[in-house]
Amino acid sequence: MATTTSTPGVVAGRRPPRRPRSVLAPRWLPYALLAPALLFELLVHIVPMVTGIYISTLKLNQFFVRRWLEAPSAGIDNFSVALNFDGAIGSSLLRSFGVTFAFTVATLAFSWALGMFAAVLLQRDFRGRALLRTLFLIPYALPVYAGVITWKFMLGRDNGMVNALLGDLGITDGDTFWLLGGNAFASTVVVAVWRLWPFAFLTLMAGLQSIPNDVYEAAAVDGAGLWQQFRSFTLPMLRPVNQVLLLVLFLWSFNDFNVPYILFGQSVPASADLISIHVYQSSFITWNFGVGSAMSVLLLLVLLVITAVYLPLTNRRLRDA
Amino acid sequence: MRRRTLGTALLAAAALTTTTLTSCSSGEGSGDSGGEAQTLTYWASNQGTSLDNDKEILTPELEKFTQQTGIEVELEVIPWDSLLNRILSATTSGEAPDVLNIGNTWSASLQATGAFLPFEDEQYEAIGGKDKFLQSSLSSTGAEGEPPTSVPLYGLAYGLFYNKQMFADAGVQPPTTWAQLVDAAKRLTDPATGTYGMTVAGASYTENAHFAFMFGKQNGAEFFDDSGEPTFTEEGNVAGLKQYLDLMASDQVVSPSAAEHPTTNDMIGDFTSGKAAMFMGQNNSAATIESNGMTGEQYGVIPIPILDPLPSGGQRVNSHVAGINMSVFADSDNTEGALQLVEFMTNKEEQVVLNQKFGSLPVTEEASSDPAFQTENLKIFNSVLADTAAALPMIPNESQFETTVGQAMQDLFGRIATGQSVGEAEITEALEGAQEQMASGA
Repeated sequence: MATTTSTPGVVAGRRPPRRPRSVLAPRWLPYALLAPALLFELLVHIVPMVTGIYISTLKLNQFFVRRWLEAPSAGIDNFSVALNFDGAIGSSLLRSFGVTFAFTVATLAFSWALGMFAAVLLQRDFRGRALLRTLFLIPYALPVYAGVITWKFMLGRDNGMVNALLGDLGITDGDTFWLLGGNAFASTVVVAVWRLWPFAFLTLMAGLQSIPNDVYEAAAVDGAGLWQQFRSFTLPMLRPVNQVLLLVLFLWSFNDFNVPYILFGQSVPASADLISIHVYQSSFITWNFGVGSAMSVLLLLVLLVITAVYLPLTNRRLRDA
Repeated sequence: MRRRTLGTALLAAAALTTTTLTSCSSGEGSGDSGGEAQTLTYWASNQGTSLDNDKEILTPELEKFTQQTGIEVELEVIPWDSLLNRILSATTSGEAPDVLNIGNTWSASLQATGAFLPFEDEQYEAIGGKDKFLQSSLSSTGAEGEPPTSVPLYGLAYGLFYNKQMFADAGVQPPTTWAQLVDAAKRLTDPATGTYGMTVAGASYTENAHFAFMFGKQNGAEFFDDSGEPTFTEEGNVAGLKQYLDLMASDQVVSPSAAEHPTTNDMIGDFTSGKAAMFMGQNNSAATIESNGMTGEQYGVIPIPILDPLPSGGQRVNSHVAGINMSVFADSDNTEGALQLVEFMTNKEEQVVLNQKFGSLPVTEEASSDPAFQTENLKIFNSVLADTAAALPMIPNESQFETTVGQAMQDLFGRIATGQSVGEAEITEALEGAQEQMASGA
């Protein structure tokens, strides 16, 4: 995860540029410098991806896991199983996609709204601002496992803190299942938002710093209220940031594996059956890695289509703005 | 600029997706089979009250082994809910331990992967001969007609544990039929005070699957026909699942909270804290009960009561031939040392020490006759094993029966706990789904 969140490099100090002489920089040098990065990209991303696509065309079950290269070809069988929406496997995959979309939209909306609210709140200088900033970032800094397992304990029915608190306050009878049935969806969203919103906050805070203060001063002189300032300046000027932020948040939520896996372990209630864990379960429960990989490839295609539609669309709007 | 953003984003999307793919093919850390040949890696299953407890029990014994043979053993204890996946990952990657424990019901499934060393005459000889093992224990070591790929290590069977004081207070006698059990449980249940007649590990797929098997048998059904084809949705299997799930659903003698119990230790915790008067567990539960502070006098054990009269075709089965087996990875670069470890763990002295500490039954003739195993409770488990236990089918799909049916039941328990009604229709549908899932992997 962390690899894609690197912040843009600091602008190098300004010195008059010296024209490089071709003797010092042979033509192959740039390629040589790029080579290690390309190699790692190949190893870390491209090779596993191609392997996954290859596995999706194999009949890879318990008889072949040990020597999976010898597994017989399944042609498109794995895909037809996964896409047969009348069967149990296909229909549960479809339902899982639905659950994942709902989860993603909810997580995205709440994370972004919270992040935006906190970023705008902390835009002005006041005592304790640095402290609040640090506090807000804690969920993001905590190791995922430590954070989410604590939530799991808090959400337990018998000894969980959530039930104890709600019961003591008289809001519920303190007997609610938060990790079973329909409530599991809400619990997953809450935990995912708790994990993710600090990233939205951080990104938006950085984006806000690039908006010059004069704009707000001028607007205030012209009598624009806070809400008007937010709508007319803040939002439009954050558009490039938002474009990337929303996409990244979308992809992360859509692929979230850690939160449901740590919260539910082996068996995920139907209401929180997110796609990445569904794929994992489909592969491991029956040792059917071919179908599992086919599902992964389908997921990849869906995300590619969404990304391919989203970026040109928002870019055009960005240019028109 | 635009092209680049698009390209980068596509790549990012692709990369993020592949994390799912790769997480399927590579396991978390696994034992190191390389290194010096004089070190063995051993994966033990969780037999004691906790992973640490297992380590405490096994470490001094393995030190003895090192003293005798000069071979160091690197021990890792693996919890049940991830053991099968870890074995599978190890099989795929080749980064496997030399020796490991498996649930004996998985024998044929894991045998089919070809990852384990077959025990032919030569290997048996190296560990002290095939004849030293009990015949019933050998029945669950691999598919019929092939050299087995595991040997017995600990013997287990199911029984009903009950709290003597709670029974006396309620004036209830230990039940001898299933109807009496339900009746007794109802009289011991009082949701107002948080006490229930029975408890289960509703979120443990292995436990669920074991009960599906035994209650299915009682109702005259099998999960596989003679040719190894799944017959999950047979009427008797639906009835068997219902018999077990109804403890929480219609009988309401199990706390809904039990739907969240992932391990048998949670269930035993309910029992020893007085929240539940009974549970159905394997003989090694005794070790956990006693480490939780309950003494041997405070609880009793009887065979799990059977339906009476039995439905047509029903069999008197109240346990499977449960137990833990030991296997050697075929890729081990120290097969000889690995077999020495298997020999050590199944010799008389270790069988007596380990089975006593884990509360399990010896798997060899010699050790069985040791006075330590002639207690009243262990005699009951021995009689269950001898008379009313059936071996789970030794076929490659067995482990998938456990995962698909066990998890379907976990989901059904979750639905019951949250107030949804689960009747025959829902159970049939769940079993249909499980069967289709399994068929896709066959």
